[in-house]
Amino acid sequence: MSTKSTGSQKYKKMTMSPKEYQSFAKTREPSRSIFANCIRAFIIGGLICVLGQAIQEMFVHLMGMDREAASNPTVAVLILLSVILTCLGVYDKIAQWAGAGSAVPVTGFANSMCSAALEHRSEGLVLGVGSNMFKLAGSVIVFGVVAAFVVGIVHLILGTGGQ
Amino acid sequence: MIFLWAFLVGGAICVVGQIMFDVFKLTPAHTMATLVVIGAIVDGFDLYEPLVKFAGAGATVPITSFGNALVHGALTELHDQGWIGVISGIFKVTSAGVSAAIIFSFLAALVVRPKG
Repeated sequence: MSTKSTGSQKYKKMTMSPKEYQSFAKTREPSRSIFANCIRAFIIGGLICVLGQAIQEMFVHLMGMDREAASNPTVAVLILLSVILTCLGVYDKIAQWAGAGSAVPVTGFANSMCSAALEHRSEGLVLGVGSNMFKLAGSVIVFGVVAAFVVGIVHLILGTGGQ
Repeated sequence: MIFLWAFLVGGAICVVGQIMFDVFKLTPAHTMATLVVIGAIVDGFDLYEPLVKFAGAGATVPITSFGNALVHGALTELHDQGWIGVISGIFKVTSAGVSAAIIFSFLAALVVRPKG
């Protein structure tokens, strides 16, 4: 009982109630323009896709793959680049500027896995790297697989499966 | 020309992600999961493949293509193997992306000290 009263006295000493403070803090937050964020995301996301297209063209023209077969090694190369940039600490700098522009491409998926792996390295290879690697990327895989399963079942029931 | 469409379509998908960040206040994990589910549903209606033909890497590089590839594997196996293909085929197409991400991240963790 006594602790409770001192607690409320503490609040009285503040010049603002927590509620007032929150609304005050909100007015002082730097307003992040949604439009500017979208432009940045568009530019960086678009550029990453152009880079992917360039790598794919390289596989098509230099190694004689057809377009569909070239998309797998393209993704692998992009992931390798993303992992290297994450190790150098560059990808996180890009991500701060680009927001979703660097998070939505597959490079962002690799970045989340690589940075989780690096972050938890000190906890050991099995408990740290192994079990934390999918901390962020896991939800993508889980929901992707569940969605694919549901779509597959729907096609199975409707009898429209296969391409 | 395909480079221009890759830029525009890839950028547009990223803008959708950014709007989910900023307007709907979703966490990155929620945004990515939603985009993957959207990709899976779009491929369920057979509409992702035309987008890939049209925009190339603009459609295959964003994370939506992960959902598309999962469904694609499931449906192709469903066609070839029957009902069990819905389960066995899911990872058939996406192996390159997931495996590469695991292997490179693991090697990086062996070699590199984290920055920042």
